[in-house]
Amino acid sequence: MDETIRLTVDGAERTVEVDTRTTLLDALRERLEVTAPKKGCDHGQCGSCTVLLNGRRHLTCLALAVAHDGAEITTADGLAGGGPSADRLHPVQQAFLDHDGYQCGYCTPGQVCSAVGVLDEVKNGHPSHVTADLEGDPDLTDDEIRERMSGNLCRCGAYPGILAAVRQAAGA
Amino acid sequence: MSVEQQTTPVRVRSIGTHLDRVDGVAKVTGRAPYAVEHGEADGVVDPLHLWLVQSTVAKGVVVDVDTESARDHPGVIAVLDHASAPRLAESDDGELAILQEPTVHFRGQIVALVLAETSEAAREGAALVNVSYDVEPHEAELREDNASYRPDSVNPDMETDTEEGDVDAAIAAADIVVEQTYRTAYEHNNPLEPHATVAWWDEEDGREILSMFDSSQGVHGVAQTLAPMLGLEVDQVRVRAPYVGGGFGSKGEAHAHVMATALAARTVRGRPVKLAVTRQQMFALTGYRTATISHVRLGAGADGRLAAIEHRVQEQSSALKEYAEQTASPTRMMYAAPHRRTSHRLALLDVAVPSWMRAPGEMPGMFAHEVAMDELAVECGLDPIELRIRNEPELDPETKKPFNNRRLLDCFRRGAERFGWSSRPAHARATQDGDWWVGTGVASATYPAMRMPGNAARVRSLGAGRYAVAIGSVDIGTGARTVLTQIAADALGVEPGAIDLAIADTRLPPASVAGGSSGTSSWGSAVVAAAQRFRADHGEHPDPGVETTASAADDPQADELAFHSFGSVFAEARVHRWTGEIRVPRLLGVYSVGRVINPTTARSQFIGGLVMGLSAGLFEESYRDARFGHMVTQDLASYHVASHADVLDIDAEWLEESDEVFTPMGSRGIGEIGIVGTAAAVANATYHATGMRVRSIPITPDRFLES
Ligand code: FES
Ligand code: FES
Repeated sequence: MDETIRLTVDGAERTVEVDTRTTLLDALRERLEVTAPKKGCDHGQCGSCTVLLNGRRHLTCLALAVAHDGAEITTADGLAGGGPSADRLHPVQQAFLDHDGYQCGYCTPGQVCSAVGVLDEVKNGHPSHVTADLEGDPDLTDDEIRERMSGNLCRCGAYPGILAAVRQAAGA
Repeated sequence: MSVEQQTTPVRVRSIGTHLDRVDGVAKVTGRAPYAVEHGEADGVVDPLHLWLVQSTVAKGVVVDVDTESARDHPGVIAVLDHASAPRLAESDDGELAILQEPTVHFRGQIVALVLAETSEAAREGAALVNVSYDVEPHEAELREDNASYRPDSVNPDMETDTEEGDVDAAIAAADIVVEQTYRTAYEHNNPLEPHATVAWWDEEDGREILSMFDSSQGVHGVAQTLAPMLGLEVDQVRVRAPYVGGGFGSKGEAHAHVMATALAARTVRGRPVKLAVTRQQMFALTGYRTATISHVRLGAGADGRLAAIEHRVQEQSSALKEYAEQTASPTRMMYAAPHRRTSHRLALLDVAVPSWMRAPGEMPGMFAHEVAMDELAVECGLDPIELRIRNEPELDPETKKPFNNRRLLDCFRRGAERFGWSSRPAHARATQDGDWWVGTGVASATYPAMRMPGNAARVRSLGAGRYAVAIGSVDIGTGARTVLTQIAADALGVEPGAIDLAIADTRLPPASVAGGSSGTSSWGSAVVAAAQRFRADHGEHPDPGVETTASAADDPQADELAFHSFGSVFAEARVHRWTGEIRVPRLLGVYSVGRVINPTTARSQFIGGLVMGLSAGLFEESYRDARFGHMVTQDLASYHVASHADVLDIDAEWLEESDEVFTPMGSRGIGEIGIVGTAAAVANATYHATGMRVRSIPITPDRFLES
């Protein structure tokens, strides 16, 4: 069964016909040719499909497209301004370049979106599993970064570079 | 036309310095297109989607494939099975010759294909195909007492067995003997980008052409493998792989899904067919590292000097296709000993086909050998680094050739200094910090330096001091695109910005696989050869459009020497006394690998290897249920790979050096050595922490709760 939904993707209004079985990830990748979000597992286990959905990081492989009619989505591409000629990188993206926080690049758009989400969550005082004081403002220690970024696997093992990148972006 | 060129060492300017990855912006923005992400601009117009139907039995014969309800499902275009799939011209390669016969060789084998207009319809269609089987009994368990045989050679073409002196007599006469069995688990490469292919057939100048984007470590290899099976000339298959989301060996050769896509596309000529293998399917179809059982005997004098080294390996392959992991190969060259023996025996099981995984042979073999060395150090009352100093060979024990630059001990000295080794307590179970036992361990790392035949590069003048450089090699995340740009720039004596590099297309000059840590050495030497020949033919001010294609001749000295890289790995482990939880707060690798071309990408390669070694040491295990013949851990929730929170202070450094006999750049290769010895260093550190010896990986918390 098909349904038509509207999405705002990286600032552009898009209308797309989806199967009711279509995930948000497949709607983006296969129907809209928006391929910055990657499919590493399709089961919510790797984080490579992470985007900012209505401002918060979200796994698009675990979201059904029809349930997100009207949603606003920002991908790693959109964080850099969107469009083929845009080269204004988001500070998180610049930090990934500065610290070589990637190798093959397949986890990277998800890591970047996740890092942007993490910085925002910390700013808003959200605690994590390793936050000692649940009442106060969390400090973005290395352990906090590692914990909060652990939903994004990197098989290339670029974690030390990712850590340094998030640290840099947090200070920026 | 390609000529062979004797190269001379490159005058380095960009080589050895940092250069941002040339594809970095494309990667951090997600604009870099991976295999199934190519769209209309690349000729992938209105693709169909393919889904694989896999056998649910381990051995038997397909008696019926009921496709009716699948074909009735809206959007499904066709279902192919062994009766309806296109015939192959050659079917010797049992892994790739899919759908040619009804026989089932392993659980998870491809038994049908579903083509549909959308991926949702293809997937649903695949679920609706009803396959019935005549089931036969199968064997899927690797045991010490499996029926096994001696393969003719082990990967890639090494001796199966080696023997020198009289091992049994030397062991009988030794003051100290270590005799133990070490085990490594089944492991799956699990690159983060699942294997994926898009293929379409059309005509060019009256000839059939099969075009593909494939997530591959070597496009030329895919074309060479597929073409004869499909009854085509190699140049009728065009394969491109501009971006590949990791491979670690599993994309080194075409696996069955690539053939599935090519066959399905042949039935819908003109229309592209996309296949994205699922994470679950990868556990049956895209290769894995065999589990290994290593019987090791070391015989030494009281001073720790080895008289005898024996390493006998029992492992498995698929009855469908032999792959013999060269697990004992590093044991042949690592330490001095007059009496030595290695052997490999294979059980052929009714299971999926194993293949390359990062440092095949060295990774499991050095786990066994380096834990055994740690045990010997304990038995002799020696520091483990001192034990290695005492067993340093003068010549390569295997070939009796001099090593070119064996600097293992320099790696230990540097590592010891940086890691603070001198303050280490001599005895195990000596340090407690709250509820944690704390210890440190070391292991050696080694990897052979390899340069592959069959590489050529092309240099063309673009005018105004710019050059187009082309070679069909693939960048799977190693940084090849960046380092080849640097090599080309230095070889031509220009800035990296003056180089337009083209890679990853079979229409470019041939390149060997991105594997065996041989890529940069093999391709880089070809680039240098082409650049030097170009300058010789066309001078410093070439006319726009002139070009040269060349391959590199081997250095005549190279035959006289044994080329290996070396390293030392230092680990600190903390083991929780009540839960057995293991943390590795520090991991350091120090390497001797020839000249490092780009320190930034090299560091990431070493660290990536160390992380994967840590992951193998603590987490990774594909668990096969022998009753059914398949891996029950078949996703990233049940097959654990190191996550960010598992990786604490990990670093790598390297010795300043240059190996210009091996390559004109002075480099030797770095991709795999980081994984070698790492799990052993972690295991040795957990022993030092707890006094409990674990002889198999992964080292899970329960191991420390047993006594
Ligand atoms: S693809 Fe969504 S978490 Fe892996
Ligand atoms: S960069 Fe390859 S998986 Fe993270």
